Amino acid sequence: MTARRYGVVIGFMLWLAATGAGAVEPNEMLADPVLEARARDLSREIRCLVCQNQAIDDSNADLARDLRLLLRERLVAGDSDEQAKQFLVARYGDFVLLRPPLKPRTYALWFGPAVVLVLGAFGTALYMRRRRPRVAPPPLDAAERHRLDEILAEGSDAP
Amino acid sequence: MPRSRLPLILLFLLPVIGLAVLVYYLVAALDPARDPNRVATVMIDQPVPSFALPPLDGERPGLANTDLDGVVLINFFASWCIPCRVEHPLLTELAKSGVVIHGIAYKDKPEDARAWLNELGNPYTRIGADSNGRVAIDFGVYGVPETYVVDRQGRIRFRQVGPFDPTTIEETLKPLLRELRQ
Amino acid sequence: MIPELGHFALVLAFVVALAQSSLPMLGAARGDRRLMAVAGPAALAQLLLLAVSFGALTYAFVVSDFSVALVVAHSHSAKPLLYKISGVWANHEGSLLLWVNMLALFGAAVALFGSNLPPALKARVLAVQGMIAVGFHAFMLFTSNPFLRVFPVPADGNDLNPILQDPGLAFHPPMLYLGYVGFSMAFSFAVAALIEGKVDAAWARWVRPWTLAAWVTLTLGIGLGARWAYYELGWGGWWFWDPVENASLMPWLAGTALLHSAIVVEKRDTLKSWTILLAILTFGLSLLGTFLVRSGVLTSVHTFASDPARGLFILGLFAAAVGGSLTLYAVRAPALKGGGLFQPISREGALLLNNLLLATACATVFIGTLYPLFLDGIGGATVSVGPPYYNTTFMPLLAALVFVTGIGPMLAWKRGDLAAVLSRLTLAGVGAVAAALVAWRLETQGPILAVAGIGFAFWLLLATLIDLAGRFGLGRGRPAEIWRRAVGLPRSAWGGALAHAGLAVALLGMVGTTLWAAENIRVMRPGETTTLGGYDYRFDGTEQVSGPNYSSDFGRFTVSRGGAVVAVLTPEKRFYPVQGTPTTEAAIKTTAAADLYVVLGDPDGQGGWTVRVFHRPLAMWLWLGFVMMSAGGAVSLSDRRLRVGAPARRGLAAVAARPA
Repeated sequence: MTARRYGVVIGFMLWLAATGAGAVEPNEMLADPVLEARARDLSREIRCLVCQNQAIDDSNADLARDLRLLLRERLVAGDSDEQAKQFLVARYGDFVLLRPPLKPRTYALWFGPAVVLVLGAFGTALYMRRRRPRVAPPPLDAAERHRLDEILAEGSDAP
Repeated sequence: MPRSRLPLILLFLLPVIGLAVLVYYLVAALDPARDPNRVATVMIDQPVPSFALPPLDGERPGLANTDLDGVVLINFFASWCIPCRVEHPLLTELAKSGVVIHGIAYKDKPEDARAWLNELGNPYTRIGADSNGRVAIDFGVYGVPETYVVDRQGRIRFRQVGPFDPTTIEETLKPLLRELRQ
Repeated sequence: MIPELGHFALVLAFVVALAQSSLPMLGAARGDRRLMAVAGPAALAQLLLLAVSFGALTYAFVVSDFSVALVVAHSHSAKPLLYKISGVWANHEGSLLLWVNMLALFGAAVALFGSNLPPALKARVLAVQGMIAVGFHAFMLFTSNPFLRVFPVPADGNDLNPILQDPGLAFHPPMLYLGYVGFSMAFSFAVAALIEGKVDAAWARWVRPWTLAAWVTLTLGIGLGARWAYYELGWGGWWFWDPVENASLMPWLAGTALLHSAIVVEKRDTLKSWTILLAILTFGLSLLGTFLVRSGVLTSVHTFASDPARGLFILGLFAAAVGGSLTLYAVRAPALKGGGLFQPISREGALLLNNLLLATACATVFIGTLYPLFLDGIGGATVSVGPPYYNTTFMPLLAALVFVTGIGPMLAWKRGDLAAVLSRLTLAGVGAVAAALVAWRLETQGPILAVAGIGFAFWLLLATLIDLAGRFGLGRGRPAEIWRRAVGLPRSAWGGALAHAGLAVALLGMVGTTLWAAENIRVMRPGETTTLGGYDYRFDGTEQVSGPNYSSDFGRFTVSRGGAVVAVLTPEKRFYPVQGTPTTEAAIKTTAAADLYVVLGDPDGQGGWTVRVFHRPLAMWLWLGFVMMSAGGAVSLSDRRLRVGAPARRGLAAVAARPA
């Protein structure tokens, strides 16, 4: 088998392994399985703008279909995944991406969970340290030590 | 109250403070003018995308970005769109008052669009037929009707999502057009 | 007439709630027994009145009384009876009536079964329940009245959305509301404790059954919703991180944390103020969820009709309930004195870590869900927060939680021996790695994450089994003794093990269905065959059938493996004329290894049909995991010691078999 055939076979298997979603029509799908798999992955990251919280991969809406076809055109034209996404962002803004981009506006979003975890861990550690008794009991003086020895001696005589 | 207690009280007050902040943003979100489904446009102050659309019929010429001259409106419409019907009389009035409006028929069969315009009247100077909706995507359109105001330098200055209403026309559109024409 | 009765009963219930919320609280403050005694009968009266009200509304739906505006909007005479009934709560107003009924149900349960509660505490708890009821009754009576009439009476209704005509979905809201409302009991107990200024082991023991009951039903409710989405939406997806789904997940995460920290309060008399805070926050998240669903501030497929006026009312309820209790917390909680000390490596430490991870997970979902709103608030462009965000942020926390849950239950209280526990768990570690390797061999095309997920799941499963076996001394002594010890083990131990094992099993299903799924979409003509996942699917053709309020195309597929027929699947495409909407009914064949999932798409007009075949590995285990978790909670709930509040009289041998 030529290298190209290998590529097609592996690509086909990859395509089969892609997780499924429901709205792609057979007449939209690209002939090249590798590109089609990329298109499907990308479609899962693009928001359907006329739906309630769906990716274009999952939606039956007209606009979703148009965007799916557009993505495939861009991929066939040679765009990378990032370029294809930016093509849509240039027209619709960051809102069209289901994975919010990392920029100063979204630092709180992306770093928030880690910050919460660290603060929580810090708070827990502080709490644990405050719970431990801070002052050790004062050492015994001579009289108390003597009394203690007497008590222990009594105890060892017990039957 | 002993000083060592103060940080503790503040710590216990944190949840209430957090709640107050949350409620503030939720109240802001309840503003009736806010629509969570609205997609903000990124095209403001951007140059009009380049496009060239064929005409709808023999009457009016097609539309390309090179045809845009002066301050114009570009209105995306379709015969199957109900709100477009509602906004139509307002567009006719605007056209009569001297505003140049170009139309783009979005994913419409030419004969349907022609029939629609015959029935309701035609306020457009030029009309492009965007049968596969690609030009609309280049503008960032996600539904019809949508209208764009383009200035003399060919930049987009305003976008109206959904049909126009008289208030928006008087209070937003007309002042903007006046400003752009100076 | 009947709807008017229902309306009147609702108004009466409102008045009773007013009394219930004020008099017993006053009585508890003054030590006045008669005022305190108002609480029980008031709670029972409220339940009775609300049951009448709910019954009246149900009657109106069942007989299709179209003089009631709600029935017109959400029902139709041709609808099957089950869906006429479930239509009662499949809308905003009716679901609120269900909500307050659940609230009254829990209140009445405390009134009837809470005889071991001190009178002052019981009075205060019921009074707080009454306050919540007052808020919701007012909300209904002033903005969302289910009994509004319409005149002239129309001939028929506007059918319910056909997608909602489904048995699984019929029971999804009641289960969810039982959960949300159940957490109101924990909330009431927490507020009552703050007012009294006392949180002790007895309080924790009283709170636990209610919290557990709420948790069990919420788990089932979420599971039902996920299962419904799985077979109804047409491609086997079951969780989308939609804001309303997240609104149910947040109280679940907080509630799980609450369950576990309450154990520490009960056993070791510490972590009190944190547990109180959790109880307040869990119910607060339930209320927040109610707000998000009904106010229209977030985009979601789930939202009821949105209305800013209603939204403002619920927000007011939310702010009052949570703000009031958190202020009370700020004032009273610093005075709560802690009890037992413990080392970081100990059962308490593990439970603290459990709480830390769950709270962070809850915060993650919270941030993700509300961030678009926050960006809107500060002006400028907003973003979309979809599954890719949650996969990156939530999954590591879940993995850490699953890992710790294997170790935690085996650590001793006060001071645990981590080295000893880890050496006991060597078998679990080996098993986990072995399972991961097997998974890798079987699905070499899958992502590495799936292999890790399988490993984690087996770690937890084996660790739970090892822990359980250790508790009743498997391998020590004769079989009869072992059996006796196992039977003598407290039910909470069995319940906990079952629930933890359920989490592991559910994780297997999560990994399989999302990371190893495969699909095959094509146009097929009758007689053609396609393959997926080792199975052959032969399309035998379609036929047209009529249902009670729809017409449908039935497709027939013969599924075989290696020549032997495994199943005949019949997916449908239905059309509901009144609402004009089409739906697809998928056909699913469940095997232990995978679900075989076929959906009929559109005809191409030339005799062919679009067919979608999906292969969802390990799907069955996901649902089994949900059931196991709920069952574990239910088993734990049935433990008498927890309900009655006193240790059961059992043989000393059973007590001795438990680790310290």
